[in-house]
Amino acid sequence: MDLITPEFGLVFWTLITFLILLFILRKFAWKPILGAVSDREEGIKDALASAEKARQEMENLTADNERILQEARAEREAMLKDARDMKNKMIADAKDEAQEQANKIIEQAQAAIESEKKAAMAELKSHVAGLSIDIAEKVVRKELSNKDSQEKLVEEMLGEATLN
Amino acid sequence: MKYNAKNTLKIISKLVFVNSFNVRTFAPNLKQGIFNPVRMRMNTLKNIILSALFIAVFSVSFASETKEGGEDEKFDPKEMILHHVKDAYGMHLFDWNDHPVSIPLPVITYTDKGLTMFSSSEFHHDYNGEVIVEKNGQRFVNVHEKVYVLDEGASGVTYDAEHHPTNAHRPKFDLSITRNVFMMWVSIAVLLLIFLTAARRYKKSEDNIPSGIASFIEPLVLFVRDEIAKPMIGEHKYKRYMPYLLTIFFFIWINNIFGLIPILNGANLSGNIAFTFTLAAITFIITTFSGNKNYWQHIFWMPGVPVPMKIFLMPIEIIGMFVKPISLMIRLFANITAGHVIILALMSLIFVFKTIAIAPVSVAFSLFITVIEVIVTAIQAYIFTILSALYFGMATEEAHH
Repeated sequence: MDLITPEFGLVFWTLITFLILLFILRKFAWKPILGAVSDREEGIKDALASAEKARQEMENLTADNERILQEARAEREAMLKDARDMKNKMIADAKDEAQEQANKIIEQAQAAIESEKKAAMAELKSHVAGLSIDIAEKVVRKELSNKDSQEKLVEEMLGEATLN
Repeated sequence: MKYNAKNTLKIISKLVFVNSFNVRTFAPNLKQGIFNPVRMRMNTLKNIILSALFIAVFSVSFASETKEGGEDEKFDPKEMILHHVKDAYGMHLFDWNDHPVSIPLPVITYTDKGLTMFSSSEFHHDYNGEVIVEKNGQRFVNVHEKVYVLDEGASGVTYDAEHHPTNAHRPKFDLSITRNVFMMWVSIAVLLLIFLTAARRYKKSEDNIPSGIASFIEPLVLFVRDEIAKPMIGEHKYKRYMPYLLTIFFFIWINNIFGLIPILNGANLSGNIAFTFTLAAITFIITTFSGNKNYWQHIFWMPGVPVPMKIFLMPIEIIGMFVKPISLMIRLFANITAGHVIILALMSLIFVFKTIAIAPVSVAFSLFITVIEVIVTAIQAYIFTILSALYFGMATEEAHH
Protein backbone atom coordinates (compact mmCIF):
# COMPACT_ATOMS: atom_id res chain seq x y z
CA MET A 1 0.00 0.00 0.00
CA ASP A 2 3.05 2.18 -0.31
CA LEU A 3 1.84 3.26 -3.68
CA ILE A 4 -1.17 5.13 -2.37
CA THR A 5 0.34 6.53 0.80
CA PRO A 6 1.70 10.02 0.32
CA GLU A 7 5.28 10.29 1.52
CA PHE A 8 5.90 13.25 3.75
CA GLY A 9 9.22 14.09 2.08
CA LEU A 10 7.79 14.35 -1.39
CA VAL A 11 4.76 16.34 -0.18
CA PHE A 12 7.12 18.73 1.55
CA TRP A 13 9.37 19.22 -1.45
CA THR A 14 6.46 19.42 -3.88
CA LEU A 15 4.79 22.09 -1.79
CA ILE A 16 7.95 24.18 -1.48
CA THR A 17 8.92 23.72 -5.13
CA PHE A 18 5.46 24.47 -6.41
CA LEU A 19 5.07 27.58 -4.31
CA ILE A 20 8.46 28.87 -5.43
CA LEU A 21 7.61 28.07 -9.04
CA LEU A 22 4.24 29.77 -8.69
CA PHE A 23 5.83 32.84 -7.15
CA ILE A 24 8.59 33.17 -9.75
CA LEU A 25 6.40 32.45 -12.75
CA ARG A 26 3.66 34.72 -11.49
CA LYS A 27 6.02 37.60 -11.01
CA PHE A 28 8.37 37.15 -13.94
CA ALA A 29 6.42 35.18 -16.53
CA TRP A 30 2.65 35.30 -16.25
CA LYS A 31 2.48 38.98 -15.42
CA PRO A 32 4.53 40.15 -18.42
CA ILE A 33 3.04 37.55 -20.77
CA LEU A 34 -0.59 38.11 -19.83
CA GLY A 35 0.07 41.83 -19.60
CA ALA A 36 1.54 41.89 -23.07
CA VAL A 37 -1.32 39.81 -24.46
CA SER A 38 -4.00 41.97 -22.89
CA ASP A 39 -2.15 45.15 -23.88
CA ARG A 40 -2.09 43.91 -27.42
CA GLU A 41 -5.76 43.03 -27.31
CA GLU A 42 -6.55 46.46 -25.89
CA GLY A 43 -4.41 47.99 -28.62
CA ILE A 44 -6.30 46.12 -31.32
CA LYS A 45 -9.64 47.09 -29.77
CA ASP A 46 -8.55 50.74 -29.54
CA ALA A 47 -7.25 50.75 -33.09
CA LEU A 48 -10.54 49.34 -34.37
CA ALA A 49 -12.54 51.82 -32.34
CA SER A 50 -10.48 54.77 -33.52
CA ALA A 51 -10.72 53.59 -37.10
CA GLU A 52 -14.49 53.44 -36.71
CA LYS A 53 -14.44 56.90 -35.15
CA ALA A 54 -12.33 58.27 -37.97
CA ARG A 55 -14.73 56.79 -40.49
CA GLN A 56 -17.66 58.36 -38.64
CA GLU A 57 -15.89 61.70 -38.59
CA MET A 58 -15.11 61.46 -42.24
CA GLU A 59 -18.76 60.75 -42.93
CA ASN A 60 -19.79 63.70 -40.80
CA LEU A 61 -17.32 65.90 -42.60
CA THR A 62 -18.63 64.90 -45.99
CA ALA A 63 -22.17 65.52 -44.84
CA ASP A 64 -21.15 68.94 -43.50
CA ASN A 65 -19.48 69.85 -46.75
CA GLU A 66 -22.54 68.83 -48.67
CA ARG A 67 -24.72 70.89 -46.39
CA ILE A 68 -22.52 73.96 -46.62
CA LEU A 69 -22.40 73.67 -50.37
CA GLN A 70 -26.18 73.39 -50.45
CA GLU A 71 -26.48 76.46 -48.27
CA ALA A 72 -24.09 78.44 -50.41
CA ARG A 73 -25.99 77.48 -53.49
CA ALA A 74 -29.29 78.52 -51.91
CA GLU A 75 -27.80 81.80 -50.79
CA ARG A 76 -26.52 82.54 -54.25
CA GLU A 77 -29.95 81.78 -55.64
CA ALA A 78 -31.51 84.11 -53.12
CA MET A 79 -29.01 86.85 -53.85
CA LEU A 80 -29.55 86.56 -57.56
CA LYS A 81 -33.29 86.64 -57.04
CA ASP A 82 -32.99 89.73 -54.82
CA ALA A 83 -30.86 91.46 -57.38
CA ARG A 84 -33.29 90.65 -60.12
CA ASP A 85 -36.19 91.87 -58.04
CA MET A 86 -34.34 95.06 -57.20
CA LYS A 87 -33.56 95.63 -60.83
CA ASN A 88 -37.15 95.08 -61.84
CA LYS A 89 -38.37 97.34 -59.10
CA MET A 90 -35.94 100.04 -60.02
CA ILE A 91 -36.96 99.85 -63.63
CA ALA A 92 -40.61 99.90 -62.67
CA ASP A 93 -40.08 102.84 -60.33
CA ALA A 94 -38.17 104.74 -62.95
CA LYS A 95 -40.87 104.01 -65.46
CA ASP A 96 -43.58 105.20 -63.12
CA GLU A 97 -41.73 108.35 -62.27
CA ALA A 98 -41.04 109.06 -65.89
CA GLN A 99 -44.68 108.46 -66.72
CA GLU A 100 -45.75 110.78 -63.97
CA GLN A 101 -43.31 113.41 -65.05
CA ALA A 102 -44.43 113.05 -68.63
CA ASN A 103 -48.09 113.23 -67.66
CA LYS A 104 -47.38 116.32 -65.63
CA ILE A 105 -45.56 117.93 -68.51
CA ILE A 106 -48.34 116.98 -70.87
CA GLU A 107 -50.91 118.32 -68.48
CA GLN A 108 -49.01 121.58 -68.11
CA ALA A 109 -48.64 121.75 -71.84
CA GLN A 110 -52.33 121.15 -72.28
CA ALA A 111 -53.16 123.75 -69.67
CA ALA A 112 -50.82 126.18 -71.41
CA ILE A 113 -52.33 125.31 -74.72
CA GLU A 114 -55.81 125.76 -73.27
CA SER A 115 -54.99 129.14 -71.77
CA GLU A 116 -53.23 130.19 -74.94
CA LYS A 117 -56.23 129.03 -76.90
CA LYS A 118 -58.53 130.96 -74.58
CA ALA A 119 -56.39 134.00 -74.85
CA ALA A 120 -56.24 133.59 -78.59
CA MET A 121 -59.98 133.09 -78.75
CA ALA A 122 -60.56 136.11 -76.62
CA GLU A 123 -58.22 138.08 -78.78
CA LEU A 124 -59.85 136.67 -81.88
CA LYS A 125 -63.27 137.46 -80.49
CA SER A 126 -62.33 140.97 -79.66
CA HIS A 127 -60.66 141.24 -83.01
CA VAL A 128 -63.68 139.79 -84.76
CA ALA A 129 -65.88 142.07 -82.74
CA GLY A 130 -63.82 145.02 -83.78
CA LEU A 131 -63.86 143.77 -87.32
CA SER A 132 -67.53 143.21 -87.16
CA ILE A 133 -68.10 146.68 -85.77
CA ASP A 134 -65.95 148.03 -88.57
CA ILE A 135 -67.91 146.10 -91.12
CA ALA A 136 -71.10 146.95 -89.42
CA GLU A 137 -70.12 150.61 -89.37
CA LYS A 138 -69.37 150.45 -93.04
CA VAL A 139 -72.50 148.48 -93.82
CA VAL A 140 -74.48 150.61 -91.54
CA ARG A 141 -73.14 153.66 -93.19
CA LYS A 142 -73.88 152.30 -96.57
CA GLU A 143 -77.27 150.71 -95.87
CA LEU A 144 -78.61 152.86 -93.12
CA SER A 145 -80.74 154.55 -95.55
CA ASN A 146 -82.86 151.58 -95.82
CA LYS A 147 -84.30 150.73 -92.50
CA ASP A 148 -85.44 147.34 -93.47
CA SER A 149 -82.27 146.28 -94.96
CA GLN A 150 -80.50 147.61 -91.88
CA GLU A 151 -82.44 145.38 -89.58
CA LYS A 152 -82.04 142.44 -91.85
CA LEU A 153 -78.39 142.86 -91.92
CA VAL A 154 -78.07 143.06 -88.14
CA GLU A 155 -80.06 139.95 -87.71
CA GLU A 156 -78.03 138.15 -90.31
CA MET A 157 -74.82 139.10 -88.74
CA LEU A 158 -75.87 138.22 -85.27
CA GLY A 159 -76.91 134.80 -86.48
CA GLU A 160 -73.63 134.31 -88.04
CA ALA A 161 -71.86 135.43 -84.92
CA THR A 162 -73.51 132.89 -82.60
CA LEU A 163 -72.40 130.08 -84.84
CA ASN A 164 -68.95 130.67 -83.91
CA MET B 1 14.98 -7.23 -16.94
CA LYS B 2 18.43 -6.68 -15.59
CA TYR B 3 19.01 -10.36 -15.60
CA ASN B 4 18.60 -10.88 -19.31
CA ALA B 5 20.41 -7.76 -20.45
CA LYS B 6 23.27 -8.62 -18.18
CA ASN B 7 23.79 -12.05 -19.67
CA THR B 8 23.41 -10.95 -23.25
CA LEU B 9 26.07 -8.31 -22.72
CA LYS B 10 28.36 -10.86 -21.15
CA ILE B 11 27.91 -13.22 -24.06
CA ILE B 12 28.49 -10.51 -26.64
CA SER B 13 31.74 -9.45 -25.03
CA LYS B 14 32.90 -13.04 -24.74
CA LEU B 15 32.12 -13.90 -28.33
CA VAL B 16 33.70 -10.78 -29.72
CA PHE B 17 36.81 -11.48 -27.75
CA VAL B 18 36.98 -15.09 -28.91
CA ASN B 19 36.51 -14.20 -32.54
CA SER B 20 39.12 -11.49 -32.63
CA PHE B 21 41.44 -13.82 -30.79
CA ASN B 22 40.94 -16.44 -33.49
CA VAL B 23 41.83 -13.95 -36.17
CA ARG B 24 44.94 -12.97 -34.32
CA THR B 25 46.08 -16.56 -33.98
CA PHE B 26 45.29 -17.00 -37.60
CA ALA B 27 47.42 -14.08 -38.61
CA PRO B 28 50.80 -15.86 -38.65
CA ASN B 29 49.42 -18.23 -41.24
CA LEU B 30 48.41 -15.30 -43.37
CA LYS B 31 51.88 -13.86 -43.04
CA GLN B 32 53.16 -16.71 -45.12
CA GLY B 33 51.05 -15.39 -47.94
CA ILE B 34 50.48 -11.70 -48.50
CA PHE B 35 50.28 -9.74 -45.30
CA ASN B 36 47.28 -7.51 -45.52
CA PRO B 37 46.38 -5.53 -42.40
CA VAL B 38 43.31 -3.98 -44.00
CA ARG B 39 41.93 -7.33 -44.90
CA MET B 40 42.61 -8.55 -41.41
CA ARG B 41 40.79 -5.62 -39.86
CA MET B 42 37.89 -6.22 -42.21
CA ASN B 43 37.83 -9.81 -41.13
CA THR B 44 37.67 -8.74 -37.52
CA LEU B 45 34.82 -6.41 -38.29
CA LYS B 46 33.00 -9.08 -40.21
CA ASN B 47 33.46 -11.44 -37.32
CA ILE B 48 32.02 -8.98 -34.88
CA ILE B 49 29.00 -8.37 -37.07
CA LEU B 50 28.54 -12.07 -37.63
CA SER B 51 28.77 -12.88 -33.98
CA ALA B 52 26.33 -10.13 -33.14
CA LEU B 53 23.89 -11.56 -35.66
CA PHE B 54 24.49 -14.96 -34.25
CA ILE B 55 23.65 -13.75 -30.79
CA ALA B 56 20.59 -11.98 -32.01
CA VAL B 57 19.26 -15.11 -33.62
CA PHE B 58 20.16 -17.52 -30.86
CA SER B 59 19.77 -15.33 -27.83
CA VAL B 60 16.64 -17.26 -27.00
CA SER B 61 18.63 -20.39 -26.49
CA PHE B 62 21.29 -18.49 -24.60
CA ALA B 63 18.66 -17.07 -22.32
CA SER B 64 17.25 -20.46 -21.53
CA GLU B 65 20.75 -21.80 -21.10
CA THR B 66 21.61 -19.25 -18.45
CA LYS B 67 18.32 -19.93 -16.75
CA GLU B 68 19.52 -23.39 -16.05
CA GLY B 69 22.30 -21.86 -14.03
CA GLY B 70 19.55 -20.95 -11.55
CA GLU B 71 21.71 -18.54 -9.52
CA ASP B 72 19.72 -15.44 -10.57
CA GLU B 73 16.51 -14.76 -8.73
CA LYS B 74 13.29 -15.35 -10.61
CA PHE B 75 11.96 -12.43 -12.62
CA ASP B 76 9.11 -10.81 -10.72
CA PRO B 77 7.17 -8.39 -12.94
CA LYS B 78 5.20 -6.98 -10.02
CA GLU B 79 8.28 -6.05 -8.09
CA MET B 80 9.98 -4.61 -11.16
CA ILE B 81 6.94 -2.52 -12.06
CA LEU B 82 6.42 -1.22 -8.54
CA HIS B 83 10.09 -0.45 -8.27
CA HIS B 84 9.85 1.66 -11.44
CA VAL B 85 6.61 3.37 -10.53
CA LYS B 86 7.61 4.27 -6.97
CA ASP B 87 10.11 6.76 -5.73
CA ALA B 88 13.78 5.90 -5.14
CA TYR B 89 16.83 7.45 -3.50
CA GLY B 90 19.19 7.34 -6.47
CA MET B 91 18.47 8.28 -10.02
CA HIS B 92 19.12 4.99 -11.77
CA LEU B 93 19.82 5.52 -15.47
CA PHE B 94 20.95 2.20 -16.95
CA ASP B 95 23.14 -0.82 -16.33
CA TRP B 96 26.56 -0.88 -17.88
CA ASN B 97 28.69 -3.98 -17.75
CA ASP B 98 26.72 -5.38 -14.87
CA HIS B 99 27.05 -2.15 -12.93
CA PRO B 100 24.08 0.07 -12.44
CA VAL B 101 24.84 3.64 -13.47
CA SER B 102 22.94 6.19 -11.46
CA ILE B 103 23.04 9.77 -10.32
CA PRO B 104 23.58 9.74 -6.54
CA LEU B 105 21.17 11.99 -4.68
CA PRO B 106 21.28 13.19 -1.10
CA VAL B 107 19.42 11.25 1.57
CA ILE B 108 18.24 13.69 4.23
CA THR B 109 16.64 12.42 7.39
CA TYR B 110 15.51 14.09 10.56
CA THR B 111 15.51 11.92 13.66
CA ASP B 112 15.84 12.47 17.39
CA LYS B 113 19.54 12.97 16.77
CA GLY B 114 18.92 15.80 14.35
CA LEU B 115 19.46 16.21 10.66
CA THR B 116 21.57 13.62 8.85
CA MET B 117 22.59 13.84 5.24
CA PHE B 118 24.53 11.41 3.08
CA SER B 119 24.73 10.37 -0.54
CA SER B 120 22.45 7.66 -1.82
CA SER B 121 25.50 6.09 -3.48
CA GLU B 122 26.58 4.90 -0.03
CA PHE B 123 23.86 2.26 -0.25
CA HIS B 124 25.67 0.92 -3.32
CA HIS B 125 22.38 0.45 -5.19
CA ASP B 126 21.13 -1.87 -2.50
CA TYR B 127 17.48 -1.69 -1.59
CA ASN B 128 17.15 -4.94 0.27
CA GLY B 129 18.41 -3.64 3.59
CA GLU B 130 21.79 -5.35 3.28
CA VAL B 131 24.13 -2.36 3.16
CA ILE B 132 24.29 -0.49 6.46
CA VAL B 133 25.40 3.14 6.37
CA GLU B 134 26.67 4.56 9.63
CA LYS B 135 26.14 8.27 9.97
CA ASN B 136 25.77 10.57 12.93
CA GLY B 137 25.73 7.64 15.34
CA GLN B 138 22.84 5.99 13.53
CA ARG B 139 22.75 3.10 11.14
CA PHE B 140 20.64 3.47 8.01
CA VAL B 141 19.44 0.79 5.66
CA ASN B 142 17.48 1.03 2.41
CA VAL B 143 14.53 -1.38 2.44
CA HIS B 144 12.63 -1.16 -0.83
CA GLU B 145 13.66 2.43 -1.39
CA LYS B 146 12.67 3.49 2.08
CA VAL B 147 15.31 4.53 4.54
CA TYR B 148 15.09 2.83 7.93
CA VAL B 149 17.08 3.55 11.04
CA LEU B 150 18.29 0.38 12.74
CA ASP B 151 17.42 0.02 16.40
CA GLU B 152 20.21 0.08 18.98
CA GLY B 153 22.17 -3.12 19.01
CA ALA B 154 20.73 -4.54 15.83
CA SER B 155 23.33 -5.70 13.34
CA GLY B 156 21.03 -6.41 10.40
CA VAL B 157 17.43 -6.02 9.38
CA THR B 158 15.04 -8.76 10.34
CA TYR B 159 11.63 -8.99 8.76
CA ASP B 160 8.25 -10.17 9.84
CA ALA B 161 5.92 -12.27 7.73
CA GLU B 162 4.80 -9.31 5.63
CA HIS B 163 8.38 -8.31 4.96
CA HIS B 164 8.24 -5.31 7.25
CA PRO B 165 11.42 -4.62 9.20
CA THR B 166 10.98 -5.52 12.86
CA ASN B 167 14.12 -4.04 14.37
CA ALA B 168 14.24 -0.77 12.41
CA HIS B 169 12.03 2.28 12.20
CA ARG B 170 11.43 5.09 9.76
CA PRO B 171 13.11 8.40 10.59
CA LYS B 172 10.80 11.10 11.92
CA PHE B 173 11.02 13.03 8.69
CA ASP B 174 12.51 11.72 5.48
CA LEU B 175 13.33 14.82 3.48
CA SER B 176 15.58 13.05 0.98
CA ILE B 177 16.07 14.49 -2.46
CA THR B 178 14.66 11.42 -4.14
CA ARG B 179 14.62 10.92 -7.89
CA ASN B 180 11.13 12.40 -8.03
CA VAL B 181 12.25 15.53 -6.21
CA PHE B 182 15.27 15.68 -8.47
CA MET B 183 13.16 15.40 -11.61
CA MET B 184 10.75 17.95 -10.23
CA TRP B 185 13.63 20.39 -9.94
CA VAL B 186 14.79 19.55 -13.43
CA SER B 187 11.26 20.20 -14.63
CA ILE B 188 10.97 23.56 -12.93
CA ALA B 189 14.37 24.52 -14.33
CA VAL B 190 13.02 23.72 -17.79
CA LEU B 191 9.77 25.57 -17.09
CA LEU B 192 11.58 28.63 -15.82
CA LEU B 193 13.89 28.56 -18.80
CA ILE B 194 10.98 28.38 -21.24
CA PHE B 195 8.71 30.93 -19.62
CA LEU B 196 11.24 33.45 -18.44
CA THR B 197 12.74 33.46 -21.94
CA ALA B 198 9.28 33.93 -23.39
CA ALA B 199 8.53 36.75 -20.96
CA ARG B 200 11.78 38.45 -21.93
CA ARG B 201 10.75 38.17 -25.57
CA TYR B 202 7.59 40.11 -24.80
CA LYS B 203 9.49 42.73 -22.87
CA LYS B 204 11.90 43.23 -25.72
CA SER B 205 9.28 43.56 -28.43
CA GLU B 206 7.84 47.05 -28.54
CA ASP B 207 4.45 46.16 -29.94
CA ASN B 208 3.82 43.06 -27.74
CA ILE B 209 4.00 40.78 -30.73
CA PRO B 210 5.26 37.32 -29.76
CA SER B 211 8.39 36.01 -31.42
CA GLY B 212 10.53 32.91 -31.01
CA ILE B 213 9.52 30.72 -28.08
CA ALA B 214 6.87 33.24 -27.06
CA SER B 215 4.90 32.55 -30.21
CA PHE B 216 5.07 28.88 -29.29
CA ILE B 217 3.75 29.21 -25.76
CA GLU B 218 1.27 32.00 -26.36
CA PRO B 219 -1.40 29.72 -27.85
CA LEU B 220 -1.06 27.47 -24.80
CA VAL B 221 -1.35 30.38 -22.40
CA LEU B 222 -4.32 31.73 -24.34
CA PHE B 223 -5.84 28.27 -24.31
CA VAL B 224 -5.68 28.17 -20.52
CA ARG B 225 -7.12 31.67 -20.36
CA ASP B 226 -9.87 31.42 -22.98
CA GLU B 227 -10.86 27.76 -22.76
CA ILE B 228 -10.29 27.06 -19.06
CA ALA B 229 -10.28 30.15 -16.88
CA LYS B 230 -12.81 32.39 -18.61
CA PRO B 231 -15.63 29.88 -19.16
CA MET B 232 -15.17 28.17 -15.79
CA ILE B 233 -14.63 31.14 -13.48
CA GLY B 234 -16.19 33.99 -15.40
CA GLU B 235 -15.05 37.08 -17.20
CA HIS B 236 -14.72 39.23 -14.08
CA LYS B 237 -12.94 37.03 -11.59
CA TYR B 238 -10.74 34.79 -13.70
CA LYS B 239 -7.69 37.07 -13.54
CA ARG B 240 -6.98 36.29 -9.90
CA TYR B 241 -6.65 32.58 -10.61
CA MET B 242 -4.68 32.77 -13.85
CA PRO B 243 -1.18 32.43 -12.33
CA TYR B 244 -2.19 29.34 -10.38
CA LEU B 245 -4.00 27.72 -13.30
CA LEU B 246 -1.17 28.37 -15.74
CA THR B 247 1.47 27.16 -13.31
CA ILE B 248 -0.41 24.00 -12.42
CA PHE B 249 -1.18 23.25 -16.06
CA PHE B 250 2.40 23.49 -17.26
CA PHE B 251 3.85 21.93 -14.10
CA ILE B 252 1.67 18.83 -14.41
CA TRP B 253 2.10 18.61 -18.15
CA ILE B 254 5.88 18.80 -18.15
CA ASN B 255 6.14 16.26 -15.34
CA ASN B 256 3.77 13.93 -17.19
CA ILE B 257 6.03 14.24 -20.22
CA PHE B 258 9.20 13.70 -18.17
CA GLY B 259 7.64 10.55 -16.76
CA LEU B 260 7.49 9.15 -20.27
CA ILE B 261 11.13 9.68 -21.18
CA PRO B 262 12.72 6.23 -20.95
CA ILE B 263 16.21 7.23 -19.86
CA LEU B 264 14.74 9.12 -16.90
CA ASN B 265 12.90 5.96 -15.93
CA GLY B 266 11.15 6.09 -12.66
CA ALA B 267 10.73 9.84 -12.66
CA ASN B 268 7.09 9.06 -12.22
CA LEU B 269 6.43 12.27 -10.35
CA SER B 270 2.92 13.02 -11.52
CA GLY B 271 2.05 9.35 -10.94
CA ASN B 272 3.06 9.71 -7.32
CA ILE B 273 0.25 10.20 -4.88
CA ALA B 274 2.26 12.62 -2.75
CA PHE B 275 2.61 14.96 -5.71
CA THR B 276 -1.05 14.82 -6.74
CA PHE B 277 -2.06 15.08 -3.09
CA THR B 278 -0.11 18.31 -2.67
CA LEU B 279 -1.53 19.93 -5.81
CA ALA B 280 -5.07 18.82 -4.99
CA ALA B 281 -4.63 20.16 -1.46
CA ILE B 282 -3.55 23.54 -2.84
CA THR B 283 -6.61 23.60 -5.09
CA PHE B 284 -8.77 22.70 -2.09
CA ILE B 285 -7.25 25.47 0.02
CA ILE B 286 -7.71 28.08 -2.70
CA THR B 287 -11.30 26.93 -3.28
CA THR B 288 -12.10 27.09 0.42
CA PHE B 289 -10.58 30.50 0.92
CA SER B 290 -12.22 32.03 -2.11
CA GLY B 291 -15.65 30.62 -1.23
CA ASN B 292 -18.22 33.39 -0.96
CA LYS B 293 -21.50 33.52 0.95
CA ASN B 294 -23.36 31.87 -1.89
CA TYR B 295 -20.91 28.93 -1.93
CA TRP B 296 -21.17 28.23 1.78
CA GLN B 297 -24.91 28.65 1.65
CA HIS B 298 -25.11 25.98 -1.00
CA ILE B 299 -23.10 23.65 1.21
CA PHE B 300 -24.72 24.18 4.60
CA TRP B 301 -28.22 25.42 3.85
CA MET B 302 -29.16 24.76 0.24
CA PRO B 303 -31.50 27.52 -0.88
CA GLY B 304 -34.70 26.74 -2.72
CA VAL B 305 -35.40 23.29 -1.25
CA PRO B 306 -37.61 22.24 1.69
CA VAL B 307 -36.05 22.14 5.15
CA PRO B 308 -35.82 18.33 5.47
CA MET B 309 -34.03 18.33 2.13
CA LYS B 310 -31.67 21.03 3.37
CA ILE B 311 -30.74 18.84 6.34
CA PHE B 312 -30.36 15.83 4.09
CA LEU B 313 -28.18 17.69 1.60
CA MET B 314 -25.83 19.27 4.13
CA PRO B 315 -23.70 16.19 4.90
CA ILE B 316 -23.62 15.27 1.21
CA GLU B 317 -22.38 18.71 0.28
CA ILE B 318 -19.79 18.67 3.06
CA ILE B 319 -18.50 15.33 1.84
CA GLY B 320 -18.56 16.71 -1.71
CA MET B 321 -16.29 19.55 -0.64
CA PHE B 322 -13.59 17.00 0.16
CA VAL B 323 -14.40 14.51 -2.55
CA LYS B 324 -13.64 17.06 -5.25
CA PRO B 325 -9.95 17.48 -4.44
CA ILE B 326 -9.63 13.79 -3.60
CA SER B 327 -10.97 12.91 -7.05
CA LEU B 328 -8.42 15.31 -8.54
CA MET B 329 -5.66 13.60 -6.61
CA ILE B 330 -6.69 10.07 -7.53
CA ARG B 331 -7.47 10.83 -11.17
CA LEU B 332 -4.04 12.21 -12.00
CA PHE B 333 -2.20 9.62 -9.92
CA ALA B 334 -4.14 6.68 -11.34
CA ASN B 335 -4.00 7.78 -14.95
CA ILE B 336 -0.29 8.37 -15.01
CA THR B 337 0.59 5.32 -12.92
CA ALA B 338 -1.68 3.10 -14.99
CA GLY B 339 0.04 4.23 -18.17
CA HIS B 340 3.44 3.38 -16.73
CA VAL B 341 2.22 0.06 -15.40
CA ILE B 342 0.77 -0.95 -18.77
CA ILE B 343 3.97 -0.12 -20.65
CA LEU B 344 6.13 -1.93 -18.11
CA ALA B 345 3.78 -4.91 -18.02
CA LEU B 346 3.93 -5.23 -21.81
CA MET B 347 7.71 -5.12 -21.63
CA SER B 348 7.67 -7.71 -18.82
CA LEU B 349 5.90 -10.14 -21.12
CA ILE B 350 9.23 -10.75 -22.83
CA PHE B 351 10.79 -11.82 -19.57
CA VAL B 352 7.76 -13.67 -18.28
CA PHE B 353 7.56 -15.82 -21.40
CA LYS B 354 11.34 -15.94 -21.61
CA THR B 355 11.29 -15.62 -25.37
CA ILE B 356 12.34 -12.83 -27.64
CA ALA B 357 9.61 -13.86 -30.08
CA ILE B 358 7.10 -11.94 -28.03
CA ALA B 359 9.23 -8.78 -28.25
CA PRO B 360 7.65 -7.41 -31.46
CA VAL B 361 4.23 -7.73 -29.89
CA SER B 362 5.37 -6.12 -26.68
CA VAL B 363 7.16 -3.32 -28.47
CA ALA B 364 4.25 -2.68 -30.82
CA PHE B 365 1.74 -2.57 -28.00
CA SER B 366 3.87 -0.47 -25.71
CA LEU B 367 4.55 1.92 -28.58
CA PHE B 368 0.83 2.19 -29.08
CA ILE B 369 0.27 2.82 -25.37
CA THR B 370 3.13 5.30 -25.30
CA VAL B 371 1.52 7.30 -28.08
CA ILE B 372 -1.72 7.30 -26.13
CA GLU B 373 0.23 8.31 -23.03
CA VAL B 374 1.68 11.28 -24.88
CA ILE B 375 -1.88 12.47 -25.46
CA VAL B 376 -2.82 11.58 -21.89
CA THR B 377 -0.03 13.83 -20.55
CA ALA B 378 -1.78 16.85 -22.02
CA ILE B 379 -5.29 15.64 -21.31
CA GLN B 380 -4.62 14.97 -17.63
CA ALA B 381 -2.94 18.33 -17.17
CA TYR B 382 -5.94 19.92 -18.90
CA ILE B 383 -8.44 18.01 -16.76
CA PHE B 384 -6.71 18.87 -13.52
CA THR B 385 -6.57 22.51 -14.49
CA ILE B 386 -10.12 22.77 -15.82
CA LEU B 387 -11.55 21.02 -12.73
CA SER B 388 -9.56 23.29 -10.44
CA ALA B 389 -10.92 26.25 -12.39
CA LEU B 390 -14.42 24.81 -12.15
CA TYR B 391 -14.14 24.53 -8.36
CA PHE B 392 -12.87 28.11 -8.15
CA GLY B 393 -15.76 29.15 -10.35
CA MET B 394 -18.23 27.37 -8.07
CA ALA B 395 -16.70 28.99 -5.01
CA THR B 396 -16.94 32.49 -6.44
CA GLU B 397 -20.26 32.19 -8.24
CA GLU B 398 -22.78 34.87 -7.36
CA ALA B 399 -26.36 33.98 -6.48
CA HIS B 400 -28.62 34.32 -9.49
CA HIS B 401 -32.04 33.32 -8.27
